[in-house]
Amino acid sequence: MKIQEIREIFHNGLWKQNTGIVQLLGMCPLLAVSSTVVNGVSLGLATALVMALSNASVAPIRNVIPNEVRIPVYVLIIAVLVTVVQLSMNAYVHRLYLVLGIFIPLIVTNCIVLARVESFASKNPPLAAALDGLAMGLGLTAVLAVLGGMRELLGKGTLFSGLDLALGDSAKGWVLHVIPDYHGFLLAVLPPGAFIGLGLLIAGKNWLNLRAARRASKPIAIMPVEGGCSPAAHHG
Amino acid sequence: MKRTLAKASLQTALNLLFFTVIGTTVLAFTYSQTRTTIAHSEEQERLALIAQILPPGIADNDLIHDTLQIRPDPLLGTTDDTTAYRARLNGEVTAVVLQAVAPDGYAGRIDLILAIRSNGQISGVRVVSHHETPGLGDYIELAKSPWIKGFDGKSRQDYTDADWKVKKDGGKFDFMAGATITPRAVVKAVHKALQYFAQNRATLLAPAGTPRG
Repeated sequence: MKIQEIREIFHNGLWKQNTGIVQLLGMCPLLAVSSTVVNGVSLGLATALVMALSNASVAPIRNVIPNEVRIPVYVLIIAVLVTVVQLSMNAYVHRLYLVLGIFIPLIVTNCIVLARVESFASKNPPLAAALDGLAMGLGLTAVLAVLGGMRELLGKGTLFSGLDLALGDSAKGWVLHVIPDYHGFLLAVLPPGAFIGLGLLIAGKNWLNLRAARRASKPIAIMPVEGGCSPAAHHG
Repeated sequence: MKRTLAKASLQTALNLLFFTVIGTTVLAFTYSQTRTTIAHSEEQERLALIAQILPPGIADNDLIHDTLQIRPDPLLGTTDDTTAYRARLNGEVTAVVLQAVAPDGYAGRIDLILAIRSNGQISGVRVVSHHETPGLGDYIELAKSPWIKGFDGKSRQDYTDADWKVKKDGGKFDFMAGATITPRAVVKAVHKALQYFAQNRATLLAPAGTPRG
């Protein structure tokens, strides 16, 4: 595998085709768990792990799976992997598991996982597929981290609260009280805060894209706005 | 033609079956690998919660295994069987840990766990799960506010039935402005749990070895 290909895969996953702010797939966990950095990153990493594993499992057998039943087989593989991750988290990071709760099994229904298996892993060799799953998952994690950070900072005035759930009691002191004596801003913590925050992030990305495009080509063309589920036109 | 179609279908079905078998094997293996660890963490979690609401030195037994099945009861607000734990000192029950539900929170049910001493005094109450508004009704969590500790040491002897209300309703329990429904539900649920304890005292405090009630 060439370095160029690997860079392309990561560029796609982390930025160009970012699941969270470009493809807009997998919104359910994005909006629900992004109330703090720790929650967002934890679920993002769990999703990234599932995506890397499912892509890596499907790619080697992509020519064996009968075309007519490929979707049930993919769903089966994804469901098995999610359950494995769920059981492992329940066993080894039990308290974090209690916080993320229902959203871990819901990774199965996150359409981004099936979307990458169907659109990438079923057509590419295992290593590339695994990297694609990882990159896409990390892209989602990054969005969850930023969104979680925004909501936590505005809503509670802290950062990294709940880190002890993932890393044990020793991490309790790592919570940053950025704004002391903060009384909280409810809107940011509640679901509308997630929608507004996500909207701002998408706007930010589009603005960066437009600026890059404007610099690249002097005569300003009217740029189509990215969004929806289409792998939108890209520029820059 | 008919034959090849049947053959193709069979092949596809076998293929699907093959993946199902593999998937099941992987799951069975993971389950058997993690089962004991999960049971252990769950037990630890429950024990840690119970330890918060029982004063130290009140139990010398393995209370996580000294359990009592409790039938659903309107006084507890429960709709399913729940488990009660008994703390004993030299065989004598010193406190009972009950699970109760406040069904009328602002956003649905609030699950509580409470420890009642054998003399009818509340040793401690904790909220196990709730869906109250973050920042408003969630002060019933100890992590957010010490409000829930207001129940410690209270009993039906020193607080009359009329006292078991939030101050806004003429009772003796604090509440925070802007969120009265939540504490009202919790106070009511705790009061009812105490009534349940009074009614079922004999069964709950039965010495070790007696048949389960």
